[in-house]
Amino acid sequence: MSRIPLSALIGLFFTGLYFMGAIFAPWLAPYGMAEIVGDTWEPWSAKHLLGTDTIGRDLLSRMIWGGQTTIFVATAATALSFITGSILGFTAAVSGGWIDQALSRFVDLIMSIPALIFALVVLSVMPVTLPILILVMGLLDATRVFRLSRAVAVDINVMDYVEAARLRGEGTAWIIFREILPNALSPLVAEMGLRFIFMVLFISTLSFLGLGVQPPLADWGGIVKENREGIIYGIPAALVPAFAIATLAISVNLVADWVLNRTSSLKGGRNV
Amino acid sequence: MSESTDPAALEITGLRIEATAFPPGEKPRNIVLVQDVDLRVEKGKVLGLIGESGAGKSTIGLSAMAYGRGGVRISGGQILLNGRDIGTLGAVGLRGLRGAEVTYVAQSAAAAFNPALRLMDQVIEASLRHRLMTRTEAEARAVTLFGKLGLPNPETIGRRYPHQVSGGQLQRVMTAMALCPKPDLVVFDEPTTALDVTTQIDVLAAIKDAIRDTGVAALYITHDLAVVAQVSDDIMVLRGGKMVEYGTTQQIITAPKQDYTRALVSVRSIEHAEKPPADQPVLRVEGITARYPGVPLDVLKNITVSLSGGQTLAIVGESGSGKSTLARAITGLLPPLKGRMVFKDRALPARLADRDQEDLREIQMIYQMADVAMNPRQTVGTIVGRPLSLYFGMEGAQKQARILELLDAIEMGAGFIDRYPAELSGGQKQRVCIARALAAKPSLIICDEVTSALDPLVADGILRLLLDLQALEGVAYLFITHDIATVRAIADSIAVMHRGQVVRYGPKSQVLNPPFDDYTDLLLSSVPEMQTGWLESVRSARRIESAGN
Repeated sequence: MSRIPLSALIGLFFTGLYFMGAIFAPWLAPYGMAEIVGDTWEPWSAKHLLGTDTIGRDLLSRMIWGGQTTIFVATAATALSFITGSILGFTAAVSGGWIDQALSRFVDLIMSIPALIFALVVLSVMPVTLPILILVMGLLDATRVFRLSRAVAVDINVMDYVEAARLRGEGTAWIIFREILPNALSPLVAEMGLRFIFMVLFISTLSFLGLGVQPPLADWGGIVKENREGIIYGIPAALVPAFAIATLAISVNLVADWVLNRTSSLKGGRNV
Repeated sequence: MSESTDPAALEITGLRIEATAFPPGEKPRNIVLVQDVDLRVEKGKVLGLIGESGAGKSTIGLSAMAYGRGGVRISGGQILLNGRDIGTLGAVGLRGLRGAEVTYVAQSAAAAFNPALRLMDQVIEASLRHRLMTRTEAEARAVTLFGKLGLPNPETIGRRYPHQVSGGQLQRVMTAMALCPKPDLVVFDEPTTALDVTTQIDVLAAIKDAIRDTGVAALYITHDLAVVAQVSDDIMVLRGGKMVEYGTTQQIITAPKQDYTRALVSVRSIEHAEKPPADQPVLRVEGITARYPGVPLDVLKNITVSLSGGQTLAIVGESGSGKSTLARAITGLLPPLKGRMVFKDRALPARLADRDQEDLREIQMIYQMADVAMNPRQTVGTIVGRPLSLYFGMEGAQKQARILELLDAIEMGAGFIDRYPAELSGGQKQRVCIARALAAKPSLIICDEVTSALDPLVADGILRLLLDLQALEGVAYLFITHDIATVRAIADSIAVMHRGQVVRYGPKSQVLNPPFDDYTDLLLSSVPEMQTGWLESVRSARRIESAGN
């Protein structure tokens, strides 16, 4: 095991903190998610570490429960977008011909519509539940992953070792998962860090606009929305979730950078 | 190497060059690239620097311009150019020196020219920048040099762009660029390595004439001893950054003192007795014509060859002759338009998708670049083991045992089984590719330029291994190469290809002996021989011929 650089350690610490918070929310949160425990916008105190929100719920508890929703939705959507995007992208690159044309043109079509507007239109006609949110976000984002993985795979596909595998009589699945995927992993992992953050921002934006996570469920974008009027009166409640989103974004990317360095080693990550 | 009071064009003493390596997860450490090198080049003389890749040839060549590539630094010794120590000049002084007093000819002219500028502008750039001559003078000199280097239309060729001239011409234009500012020293870094033999001979002759006519001193870097024997007065043999032997050209090639030099001189001394063709050919290619999709040009025209089991058919030709395309047709990657292929009395389906697993197993392929022929994310064990599971369903201990057997056959030990390709040397990589091909127990292996990316001694080892394995396993080779020496070493029969056609085909003894057709004669006579004066004798022979016509 090589020494972990300081930046990655910081990233790991904060990412770990947020994910732990999300996983253990029922035990960590001092109050219930929708429990009204005090006055409107109480200041920070020992009883309410981050004060209370616009209708007197404990903000720290809301943040912890909200983090759970936000991180869960973002993670699930990222996983969905990478699984569908990269498999379809690799298939397009390896198959070529009309399969490639059909998939690529379809993706172009979807990408020509701004993702946020597309999502808002779809969500306004569909019941807004968590699975639907994840599906819409994941599939919309899969178009970006498709473009990246197709571009990466097209380059790998012309390497002699892929030709050798074809001449050996390997099937498409072997070529995709054994020859191309391990060599495409580095750019994909780097992209995954970035995409996860986009997902956090996406779900927060949707919630802020009222078409994301629905009350009484909490999420960070929703908390900003609920407390945004407080800023006029100098009440920092809306800034807390903004700060959480920013630190999560930075720490996840620090970890992604480190993983990228390790996976891009051609000696199996072992030291020379 | 007579001592004179006049300062030599270049004199290097006790040269030491270092670089810093940054192994991941470890402290950076110093590595010595070149040490204890002394050399002296008189005005008008040529010193050849020869050695394998990594011997430090180019590093020494660039040090004559006090230049270190990517973090390489000259840490000791003295470099005197015309008696002046250039190590103490500093950045401004060096800028005045480079491109004016010392110039450089790079290996790949195609990559060294700016594709967006006309040739003339690039050729005279250094002369203008250093204010050595006016534009008119410089252009006049460039035109003279173009003529001297035997370029067609010397008056107008400077108006062309780099992509509008051939590779050999571009290399000559680069030589003109180096000679234009009337330098005292020119460093030639493998100027003919990327060229075909028939082109190489012209470029070599042009360079030699130009050096003689301008009286410039030169460092000539190459890995090909036969080439350097033609142009240089002295030769220095390098290995691992150290001087092995330094003497006159005549002495080095006729009476080498060191073992390593002897090995270099005698390389390709493999004797392979030709086998008579057997009755049952393993592969018959009958009248194949092929073209690439979308290109209305026959890359292969009516090719008919056959290969007996356990023998080697060498396909010889220059780049663009269609020899690799023939391999693609046989493997099924490029189905031919016309003609058919018969493999062991069965018609071989033209398309890869129509072939069954047995067809695929029987024909294996070894590539030129072993680096990209192996998945960098798989270990040697996985690479060699995959054909075993795929074709023979071997798993577990049985597969492991067979992998070890194969590693043993390629003279590599069990210790390599967990290594990744990036941890192997060039020769070892090619050996693993051979093991992967052998694992399928094929009847035919297509070898596409398998030794051309390797150093001569390593290539020699690979050829010996291939011959041993052929004797042992009875596998036939279709051996694609541009190197006549390799062909002599291993072929039983030979097909010479030129512009998509087979111009000469038959047993080795017949193809390589007169009477020749025109192209084969040109090809064979262009292969440099390891003797001084070969270049002159070939050229005078050709002049007499053309005068007679």
